[in-house]
Amino acid sequence: MSKRNLEYDFAWCPGCGDFGVRRALQVALEAYSVEHEEPQANSVIIAGIGCSGNMVHLIEGDQPFGIHGIHGRTLPISFGVKMGRPDLNTVVVAGDGDFLSIGGEHLGPAATRNVDVTAVIMDNGVYGLTKGQSSPTSEFGAITTSTPLGKIETPVSPLKNYMSIGVTFIASYYSSKPRQLAKIIQEAMNHRGFSIVHVQSPCTTYNDIYDILKGKPKEGIKGLAYDIPEDHDPSSVEAANDLLSRPGIPLGVIYKEEGKTLQDRYEDLQAKAPIRTNDQLLDSYLLQ
Amino acid sequence: MDKQDFVIRFAGEGGQGLVTSADALARAAAQAGYYVQTHSTFPSQIMGGPASSQVRISTAPVMSSGDGVDVLVALNQYAFDHHNEDMNPGGVTVYNAEEYDLPEGGQYFGIKADELAKSTGNARAANMVTIGAVANLIDFKLEEIDEFITQRFTRGRPGDDEIIVANIAAVRLGVEVAKSSGFTVGQLAPPIPPDYKQIIITGNAALSMGAVAAGLNFYAGYPISPATTVLVWMENNLWGEGRFVHQVASEIEAINAILGAGFAGRKSMTATAGPGFSLMSEGLGLAWMTEIPLVVVNVQRGGPATGLPTKSEQSDLMSCMHPAHGDIKMPVLAPGTIEECFYGGALATNWAERYQGPVILVSEFGLAERGENIRRPNLDEVSEESRATVSEGDTGKRYDSWDGSTPLPGMPIPGGPGAYVANGSEHDEIGDTTHLPRHHVRLMERRFKKLDLLTGAHYEIENADADVIIMPWGSSKGPAREAYDRLRADGADIGWVYSVALNPLPEEVISVLKSGKRVIVPELNYLGQWSALLRQDGVNAESITQYTGLPFRPADLVESIGERIGAGVIA
Repeated sequence: MSKRNLEYDFAWCPGCGDFGVRRALQVALEAYSVEHEEPQANSVIIAGIGCSGNMVHLIEGDQPFGIHGIHGRTLPISFGVKMGRPDLNTVVVAGDGDFLSIGGEHLGPAATRNVDVTAVIMDNGVYGLTKGQSSPTSEFGAITTSTPLGKIETPVSPLKNYMSIGVTFIASYYSSKPRQLAKIIQEAMNHRGFSIVHVQSPCTTYNDIYDILKGKPKEGIKGLAYDIPEDHDPSSVEAANDLLSRPGIPLGVIYKEEGKTLQDRYEDLQAKAPIRTNDQLLDSYLLQ
Repeated sequence: MDKQDFVIRFAGEGGQGLVTSADALARAAAQAGYYVQTHSTFPSQIMGGPASSQVRISTAPVMSSGDGVDVLVALNQYAFDHHNEDMNPGGVTVYNAEEYDLPEGGQYFGIKADELAKSTGNARAANMVTIGAVANLIDFKLEEIDEFITQRFTRGRPGDDEIIVANIAAVRLGVEVAKSSGFTVGQLAPPIPPDYKQIIITGNAALSMGAVAAGLNFYAGYPISPATTVLVWMENNLWGEGRFVHQVASEIEAINAILGAGFAGRKSMTATAGPGFSLMSEGLGLAWMTEIPLVVVNVQRGGPATGLPTKSEQSDLMSCMHPAHGDIKMPVLAPGTIEECFYGGALATNWAERYQGPVILVSEFGLAERGENIRRPNLDEVSEESRATVSEGDTGKRYDSWDGSTPLPGMPIPGGPGAYVANGSEHDEIGDTTHLPRHHVRLMERRFKKLDLLTGAHYEIENADADVIIMPWGSSKGPAREAYDRLRADGADIGWVYSVALNPLPEEVISVLKSGKRVIVPELNYLGQWSALLRQDGVNAESITQYTGLPFRPADLVESIGERIGAGVIA
């Protein structure tokens, strides 16, 4: 399924939302590379486990570097990559299960650090790769293979979560318009700080919500997704919270805050740090 | 007659300055030219609880915390009751007469250190009073203590002089009390100062310093006893261009962060103890599978679960070798002395770079906070290895097959040529997921073959012709060595094998161990973990175990080894 590696045998199901996200990510990486006049090898894609994680093997054309790690740990890995090499464009790709369930504990720390990483989250409301179990964003009452009588946990609200923990760039979109999504991902990559682009990326096999998202215009049924009004001020916490209190799935940039990244804060400390050579360090233990 | 060796123990409650007293005495003695080793034990709480701190002072390098106590300073009744049984014959206890009283006629005398300290005008000099009493009991030269006090409190602050005068006066008051008690435990022989520069340092500081000397430049960690001081050391010292240190939110974050940094080209490390090490399992498996250089320090404490956070045990060896699911055998370095902690930290960093993968440096509570004077390492002699990388035009792929007949191919670094995916799933040459048998076979073999590159760790082989070999590991080296020397002096025909590298073992060590000899392993765990691993490899090994949370006493090992080998071996 991969043009660059004919032996690679993973395939998304026909119609999977992740195809659109891949297209968008590829366009965004290319545009970022042109904009900053640097090779795509300066980008690192850190993938979680799940259908969406295979994204990292399916980027075509010029290749970024990649890590396809372990379940739930994209954020700490990306933290290491970014703080190890602040010049790299560091991008996380993960699903709702990976990012919000097993990996949920890493969100808070990534936000308080404002580490300069972009996370592109593919939310399909289900565990697809393991064949249809309930995920953090599955609806209350959802019938899945692991909730045969209905899910008895309320779904998490990812966007409200991101707002409440202080993520400095929050966008929401869906997989159906890759060109527009690419622009948002590129804006997120250019944001200095922790950015999340939360994408509705439906699973056509276990949780096909295309019609719910987009509606059926011919039949006069409105979808949940709506474009964020042009007069929305993403620099305003109140405006962002107001947007998130409305029903539906907003499409666009919800919140954006400029501030110091972890790297900036670290450099502030470097300026006053006691810098000693190894010999000086060792001599601090000398017996007089 | 002059004595070569004394153990002085301060026992009481945490927060009473026990460690400060032992450290002060250790430093004064080390500055005077003696060899010292401290050892502390305390509960896992900020203040209070039964605690003790001791120093062994000797005219020769100190290998262990010794057998018994020559001078005990017991600050409360509980301390007296519990440490009394450790007294050497002729040992004397100085008890805190402000706190409790003892009936007349024992090998002890009381002292009112607080009251005496107040009379000098410095109420905080109580530990100086007791140090004076101790000095008198072992006939330690007072000028050395005066010199130490003068140096320590000359800090360029107003009032320094008054504090120095009061502290010296406090020492004299302690001396007088001891004198009038009439007790003495002997006379400390004059020191034989070494002719090289010395540092006095703990195990955790030494391994941190060693890693940095080999070019470590990225550290992420999470507080946990007894590894916390590595994090604190790094937070204080790992600064400057191209270096990064950060306290992260969990051990899971720590292992994955240093993996990301290792992938990005950094020399990265974390340090933890048992519970944190367990949390790092999956990340360690990922580092092995993706072949990313990094170092994990496991400063062992008692286990399982929360176990004994502030006690000595060597019970994580099996998990260090096999920390994760799947076919894995990690490189393991186990320093046994403070000096080996320094060189172990350096070698672990170099090993990770050399074979492009994770390395476990396993230390212990018994080494972590113990202070010791050692030769100042010469940094010019510490090698700094960096991984091979790829250049433009290289045709090789990241995960090509490798059979050891050529140098290990370079590792692509982000931003440079050779983009690949570091994939935790089994993968093909460029890191894409594959289920094809040939890839699993060839990369499994590559991952294990790379271990052959890991040589150069310190090892010792002595008297290898003997039928019985003593082979301790880690900090049990010291007491085992003392026992070995005593048994040899008594005519026992036994040999000695010791290796800082436990995986892979040096070839010379393997050939001695596999010659069919009986190998006796003193180790601080229940299962006899090192002998079990040796038996797996066909060595005729057995353990002498201890799981009290305390280090071995040499005298106990003389007895237990003697029992194992039988009178026949002793001439």
